[in-house]
Amino acid sequence: MHEMSIARDLLEVIERYAPTNGSARVKVVRLRIGELAGVVPESLRFCFQVASEGTVAQGAELVIETVPLVGRCRACGADFHVEGYVFICPQCSSPRVELISGDELEVVELEVEQEGCP
Amino acid sequence: MSVITIERRILEKNDEIARQNRARLAEHGVLALNLVSSPGSGKTSLIERTLEQLNEKLRVAVIEGDVHTSLDAERIAGYRVPVVQIVTQGGCHLEAQLVREAMANLDLSGVDLLIIENVGNLVCPANYDLGEAMKIVIISTTEGEDKPLKYPAMFRNAAVLVINKIDLLPYLNCTLDVLKRNALQINPVLKVFETSCTTGTGISEWCAWLEAITRQKSAAIESQGHGR
Repeated sequence: MHEMSIARDLLEVIERYAPTNGSARVKVVRLRIGELAGVVPESLRFCFQVASEGTVAQGAELVIETVPLVGRCRACGADFHVEGYVFICPQCSSPRVELISGDELEVVELEVEQEGCP
Repeated sequence: MSVITIERRILEKNDEIARQNRARLAEHGVLALNLVSSPGSGKTSLIERTLEQLNEKLRVAVIEGDVHTSLDAERIAGYRVPVVQIVTQGGCHLEAQLVREAMANLDLSGVDLLIIENVGNLVCPANYDLGEAMKIVIISTTEGEDKPLKYPAMFRNAAVLVINKIDLLPYLNCTLDVLKRNALQINPVLKVFETSCTTGTGISEWCAWLEAITRQKSAAIESQGHGR
């Protein structure tokens, strides 16, 4: 259940950056989560719903962009989607593959509404 | 409705504390290892076998992570090394803050090698940097050869793979070559050791490597002019 501790950490980030005046409400939280991050979106949504009760982000919608796992071959330079977690270049079979994307666990932006002014 | 751009890592607080832990360890020339595995793969047994061989040669300290008990720390305390228990009270992994608190209870100036035993779990500890020099993933042959494929992040993020309980191979449907191939396709630069904590097979090779990298680390710190 590390989604619960990730939800808690997410909430801390939101509270750090959201406006501090009492009437502001976070409505939407946009996230980028890599394929390799091992986070189950449904589980994170459930945990966030529980963790955000009574906070500035209570009831906020989590919009999650899944970032594909992309590798770059250090031998031939090819970029490719890593299928089945096989980090071997499909073009030249080199195992020297660096991760370009796919391990993200990021908050991109918040949509905030001031109560009384839609 | 207004939009606030953040562009931050969700775990930025953990990562910041991990950076501080890493700096503190570097300052004292301590090599820190984060041992991760499923429950029951032999992390504590591997630490015990390691202490038997290295206790005379290196100054070792241990941080034990456990969900509810201090049983592992009690086992390690028998080897007369500094040991600090972290009980996560249900938490399924260690976080940098917990390790910082544990480190505060150790005299790091008297430590060469710090072994951190994470909570038994192949999922969550992959996301949390503790400030270690490297993650060591342990897998036992009884878990089956498909585990690297099922928990790829852990095998991708580790630098070393220890395959434990190799004495049981004759009784299992686990082929060592397939297990290694599965791990190496996720992380081709994984350094692999094959051990049995019961028979002692492979423990000398593991300890020799551990001693060598610990001494390299200490030497690197000294050559940087520590104590100028």
